[in-house]
Amino acid sequence: MSYSNKLLDHYDNPRNVGSMDKNDAQVGTGLVGAPACGDVMKLQIKVTPEGIIEDAKFKTFGCGSAIASSSLITEWVKGKTLDQASDIRNTEIAEHLALPPVKIHCSVLAEDAIKAAVEDYQTKHDEAADATDTTDAENAAKAEEVRSSTG
Amino acid sequence: MNTLEKTKKKEVTKKAGKPIYLDYQATTPLDPSVLDAMMPFLTEKFGNPHSRNHAYGWEAEDAVEKARAEISALIGADPKEIIFTSGATESNNLAIKGVGRFYKDRKNHIITCATEHKCVLESCRNMGQEGCEVTYLHVTKNGLINLDQLRGAITDQTALVSIMGVNNEIGVIQPMAEIGAICRENGIFFHSDCAQAVGKIPLDVNEMNIDLMSISGHKIYGPKGVGALYVRRKPRVRLTPLFSGGGQERGMRSGTLPTPLCVGLGEACAIAGREMAQESERLHYLRDRLYKGIAEQLPEVYINGDLDHRIPGNLNISFAYVEGESLMMGIKNLCVSSGSACTSASLEPSYVLRALGVAEDLAHTSLRLGLGRFTTEQEVDAAVEEIVTQVKKLRELSPLWEMAQEGIDIASIEWAAH
Repeated sequence: MSYSNKLLDHYDNPRNVGSMDKNDAQVGTGLVGAPACGDVMKLQIKVTPEGIIEDAKFKTFGCGSAIASSSLITEWVKGKTLDQASDIRNTEIAEHLALPPVKIHCSVLAEDAIKAAVEDYQTKHDEAADATDTTDAENAAKAEEVRSSTG
Repeated sequence: MNTLEKTKKKEVTKKAGKPIYLDYQATTPLDPSVLDAMMPFLTEKFGNPHSRNHAYGWEAEDAVEKARAEISALIGADPKEIIFTSGATESNNLAIKGVGRFYKDRKNHIITCATEHKCVLESCRNMGQEGCEVTYLHVTKNGLINLDQLRGAITDQTALVSIMGVNNEIGVIQPMAEIGAICRENGIFFHSDCAQAVGKIPLDVNEMNIDLMSISGHKIYGPKGVGALYVRRKPRVRLTPLFSGGGQERGMRSGTLPTPLCVGLGEACAIAGREMAQESERLHYLRDRLYKGIAEQLPEVYINGDLDHRIPGNLNISFAYVEGESLMMGIKNLCVSSGSACTSASLEPSYVLRALGVAEDLAHTSLRLGLGRFTTEQEVDAAVEEIVTQVKKLRELSPLWEMAQEGIDIASIEWAAH
């Protein structure tokens, strides 16, 4: 398979390889693919409270195209909002790396991975928001009780 | 390692600017003696071996007949039983379709095996479309066929059994003598695709009761574009030819014989006969060195196929948690092949490995290493180092390796495959 120089560069010097603590509230983790298919990508993003992706890390089991696609996407999502990251299309990745037709599915998997990571982060935050709302409500009720008992 | 050693190593790994060739099952370089033998027939001795009336023809004919004798000697056959073809693919087609079509009216069942080369499987499938029944035998975990299963599959309609001598992906040697005996007992013709076996293990068509055998030139340091089919004369095997034409090769294969290629194949066989024992021993030593070097430094590497019933020059290994194509890209100085889906146009993992029962994820991690006549010990050592380095690097990149290190049972995860 003759790959483009950009692809080979990502393969030889993958960016942002590594792991984040998936229990960290600011981290979203996407795990897509399957070993039986020969492609598994784990993509993690660290998001600021303002909703900007400040860091991304990846690990991939797959061919050169899969490694390059996931490496590239970690570069692209840094500094983007969650919505912007979710808008990245696999076709952009495929074009940038000049993926051969038989390898396009690797870029699709990378797009799936970032969406999964964003979704994971959002789910964590929806749950946390619900929990905070409940706590606020409880505090408000307690305050009301105190006021009424002292008032 | 001091500077001199480093320089030497660099020289070895960059032989004339080329990477180390470890894909001897894919093809082999021409042995220099083979090229020498061929040269006169590519230059002054250009006659057509079928020209009966002049010296150019006679000298070409003599050369072809000498080659025929050299080929037959290697497998214990008579020269009259050797037909030249364009290669083992043609030989396999000729054997299966030729015998299948000739005997179809009386017996129309063919038995073969799931791990055969594509040309055998496709030829059988083709015969299936022409009205034959075809049975594809399964193999055991180590790649060998089960003889009881073979016996069980035989019917009174079985005309032909086709089982390869040595598998091209895993190098496993099938029990040919036993298969031949079973076929002879039942009056069935036994064809064996021996492209990867000829010149590597001792073969005798009479001892093994083989009736048809396919031979490939470019697998035994001979030229590409030529092969042979052994067709038994006693008892006679008849076949319907594939080509129509002048009736050359006893009516079985029309076409002018390519004298230089025939001479090349003959010389390659002669050399193989002389060198086989010693070469076998040397390749065994190198293969063991290669495997030990890797296994001692890397956990979770698995050999695919039986290690004992195997030609000495083949090693097919799976490196868990590392995908094959990415590994091949990393070992830039080595030429090997992989059973991974990513390396095939169809995105299917190797059907041979799947037939062995190798799990899909491990099939994606396999590498086929083939050693041969010109492989040196330094090349093997350089290969070990390169492979180990790249596997370690890719395992650092692998989420599956990470999970395994954390003690997670990957098989228990429900993957969202797309």
